[in-house]
Amino acid sequence: MSAARNSQPVAKLSELDKALINLLQDGFPLTPRPFLTVAEQVSSEKNTVSEADIIQRIQALLDEGILSRFGPMYQAERMGGGLTLAAMKVTEEDYDRVTAQVNAFSQVAHNYRREHELNMWFVLATESPEEIEDCIDDMEAVTGYHVFNMPKEEEFYVGLKFAL
Amino acid sequence: MSDLNLLSKEMDSSNIESFNPRAKSPFSDKKAVKPTTDFVLTEIDRALVVATQEGLPVSERPYQIIGDELGISEDEVICRLEKMLEHKVIRRIAVIPNHYRIGFKANGMTVWNVKDEDIKELGRQIGELPYVSHCYQRPRHEPYWSYNLFAMVHGTERAQVEERAEKLKAILGDACLGNEILYSSKILKKTGMRLLKKDDSASDSNRA
Repeated sequence: MSAARNSQPVAKLSELDKALINLLQDGFPLTPRPFLTVAEQVSSEKNTVSEADIIQRIQALLDEGILSRFGPMYQAERMGGGLTLAAMKVTEEDYDRVTAQVNAFSQVAHNYRREHELNMWFVLATESPEEIEDCIDDMEAVTGYHVFNMPKEEEFYVGLKFAL
Repeated sequence: MSDLNLLSKEMDSSNIESFNPRAKSPFSDKKAVKPTTDFVLTEIDRALVVATQEGLPVSERPYQIIGDELGISEDEVICRLEKMLEHKVIRRIAVIPNHYRIGFKANGMTVWNVKDEDIKELGRQIGELPYVSHCYQRPRHEPYWSYNLFAMVHGTERAQVEERAEKLKAILGDACLGNEILYSSKILKKTGMRLLKKDDSASDSNRA
């Protein structure tokens, strides 16, 4: 997994790209020709967009790293699995090593560096709730650092969306 | 790039006429009913998760391609994905932008130490704000970590995140005993959940 830096340039997006990003953050059709469905949705009287155009643009946005993912967003908890947010306080000297060790766990769904004493924040998604604790124990053993486990106690809202 | 605004839950900031991002789409996850029990994955579902968790094929018939891979029909792939959406095993099928590349350069995890007796009501209020994308109550880890309310705020610049954090602070009022904003400075990993491929669970041998 290549690391993306926030110094990376803001992309120039066409109106079509913006429309696609806006529309497809909400959902993607479950029809046999989903890109055709999308093409019909973004086409206007003045501007017809083809299925091939949509396919080409989505692939290009993925290739350019403007989209980081495209597909089903699975929720481990709904499959009877475990989910938690965890944090570590890692020295600068050890940061790259610990990043590699933490990311090597397949249960790490995402991991962010944050500007704080607790400078590594990651989400663990596991197939069973018990596996969270095992995973954290293994991680502490491998890295030599304490893992702060911060599972959600209450969810007030989830609905990340960027409008362009 | 023109005006960037985090889309509010109430406001449509799109200027593209033919398209309303807030319109309920037939494939939105919003219609799904809240399940009372966990969804139990069958072996085929599990194989379908493994086959799609890294993404869908960007091709005319993506569900056909996955079906061919698993030895099931396109229609069955669609039905099973629909069912997982209904049960919220899939939150949604969608694109996830790299927020840095589309102009949201500031990603602030705002964290708050809120009096326990007030957190449920205030958390609900904070969660309703249009620019808060995630809002959770989480455990404190005294003495290292005293914050129990997490609200993610994205902005084009840090100044915008800070302005919004001030609004949160005003809502929390006296119930707030301390707060910080943790900005992300690097994405170290962003793959989403991964089920491990079981030796034979994804092969056609389990089609019985």
